[in-house]
Amino acid sequence: MKKLSLYQIAAKNLLRKRTRSVLTVVGIGLSAWVLASLLGFNRGYDAALKKDIDNMGFQVLLTAKGCPYEAATLMLKGGTGLRYMSESVIDDILLQREVDSVTPMLMQAVFDPDRGDSGAIDAYLGIDPATFPGMKSFLKFKQGGWFTDPAARVAVLGYEAAELEQREVGDKMLIPDKNIELTVVGILERSGTQDDGTIFVPIRMLQKEFGQQGKLTAVGIKVDRKADTAALENRLYDLPDVQVVSMAQVKNTIMSLVATAKVMVLSIAVIAILIAMVGVINTILMSVFERFQEIGIMKSMGAMPKDVFRMIWTETIILCLLGGALGLALAFGLAQVTDLLIRRLLPYTPTGRLILIDVPLMVTTFAVVLGIGLVSGMYPAWRAARVRPLESIRSEGD
Amino acid sequence: MVEDTPALEARDLRKVYRRGSEEIVAVDGISLRVARGEFISFIGPSGSGKSTLINLLGCLDNATSGSLRVGGEEVLRGGRGLSEAALTRIRRRVFGYVFQRFYLVPTLTLYENIVMPFAFFRKPGAAADPMPIIRFLGLEKRLRHRPGELSGGEMQRVAIARALVNKPEILLADEPTGNLDSRHGEEIGDIFKTLNEKEGMTVLLVTHNPRMAARARRTITLLDGRMA
Ligand SMILES: Nc1ncnc2c1ncn2[C@@H]1O[C@H](COP(=O)(O)OP(=O)(O)OP(=O)(O)O)[C@@H](O)[C@H]1O
Ligand SMILES: [Mg+2]
Repeated sequence: MKKLSLYQIAAKNLLRKRTRSVLTVVGIGLSAWVLASLLGFNRGYDAALKKDIDNMGFQVLLTAKGCPYEAATLMLKGGTGLRYMSESVIDDILLQREVDSVTPMLMQAVFDPDRGDSGAIDAYLGIDPATFPGMKSFLKFKQGGWFTDPAARVAVLGYEAAELEQREVGDKMLIPDKNIELTVVGILERSGTQDDGTIFVPIRMLQKEFGQQGKLTAVGIKVDRKADTAALENRLYDLPDVQVVSMAQVKNTIMSLVATAKVMVLSIAVIAILIAMVGVINTILMSVFERFQEIGIMKSMGAMPKDVFRMIWTETIILCLLGGALGLALAFGLAQVTDLLIRRLLPYTPTGRLILIDVPLMVTTFAVVLGIGLVSGMYPAWRAARVRPLESIRSEGD
Repeated sequence: MVEDTPALEARDLRKVYRRGSEEIVAVDGISLRVARGEFISFIGPSGSGKSTLINLLGCLDNATSGSLRVGGEEVLRGGRGLSEAALTRIRRRVFGYVFQRFYLVPTLTLYENIVMPFAFFRKPGAAADPMPIIRFLGLEKRLRHRPGELSGGEMQRVAIARALVNKPEILLADEPTGNLDSRHGEEIGDIFKTLNEKEGMTVLLVTHNPRMAARARRTITLLDGRMA
């Protein structure tokens, strides 16, 4: 007939108070879930942010000094704060050997009194059809495609810009004030970036119609893969009247903003782990106290302190590993929900998956949970190992 | 030569409990020689020290003073005892214990309860197969049951089987029938008698029941921690 091992005794003991064991496992599971999600977030967020920055298409953005380059700032200033630089700056930039390609941009903002309740600002971004689409190759079209004539009266709409006005390819739209009719030739899919709200138009046409011939508001620079971006940035600073926006810096700024959030989530995870540990210790200690007599009898049957210690420790570790499995299952199953939650909490979130749960992360989570088990099992196991056989018999009268 | 060594030899055993400033002498200088294959019953009024004495003899507790030899091996001398680990080694080699309560593990089946000692220790020379013991105790039909489904008499037989699997030289029983009705009590008494007569096992039995005590070949009466 089959043998009975110490580990089987331990495992079966957990069935004695099922509810208590299940609750403990759930407690560990929840903290393992928080932990796995946090670690997954650390990996996922960085990867997604990197992808987003790469998706900008350019690593350095040149703007005229004092020119707001964020759509939000532009809206606040109502487009009045726009500054310009001369197109000739492109020739200077192309002289730098680190530069792979360059694309000129002209931003114009127009107040549209008919939009919304009290009117709104429309942002038109004049782009060069020869260079811009190549840099932003990740932009996907829902309908139509890029224009090719830099002087045509046409437009490509970002996903939200099109959605707002219910535009389709072939529709005509009017630039308020200017009385210029544009034909929609393409509508982009959602990208989760500023591009979603932008109206892209040919740059020559925009320059002409707004009387800004030879003027630019920004230049996107794609740096050679292997080149030293920092060195290039330093030399660009020397150009007169321009401001250098480095995507690497932007990334660092965002990362440091998010670091605060990460620390917060980390402390939550640590607290969750501590609570889980207290729960485990409580459960195991209670079950040890309840079994004083049984443990005493085991010792009278020849169990050494180390046998009893191992038995109780095994119980703890079984609980913790089950909790770890539950936590990972939760982290997997609820990754999307967690994703949404984080998006609400953070000031800026990249477009990709924020939570990345892979094999190393699963191993790490299990290691931490195993650590919880090893540590929190120690005291109860030690208490049990110290039980003297006689204690069980003495309490006979109770 | 080996046959001549007594199973147990106690000299002037004393056990004093302190409760605050009060001292209770539970065992008051008992000297006792138990030969191999003896069946001794201990009787006496409640509080006379029967349990205390049998626990000292069974190495479950350290005496305050005196000396004790188990199978020729010195366990206690002048009140100084062995370490807990050393005592455990003697206990698991020499003794089997049966108590008034059964202390079965409710989550394990009857069979698992019986073979539980093997999870900690398997004595060389102990039978590899526990089935003969199980059959001897008439438990073979109930092996898959859990303790909660058994009668008191059956549970005590499981506890006895558990005490026997490692083939102890000495069986210690402290009021094993205290929780049983007289019919089941008789059964257990017969089991001890058979073990002693057929297997030559040394049996020390504490009991309140004169009919049980009569099964032993020697009866020791205790009074206030002394042999009367
Ligand atoms: N742990 C202890 N602490 C203090 N006093 C104790 C302890 N154990 C036993 N005693 C005392 O020692 C004396 C002998 O107790 P013991 O249990 O040996 O008696 P007993 O003969 O087995 O009694 P019973 O028939 O009721 O089981 C009693 O006065 C008891 O109160
Ligand atoms: Mg007693």
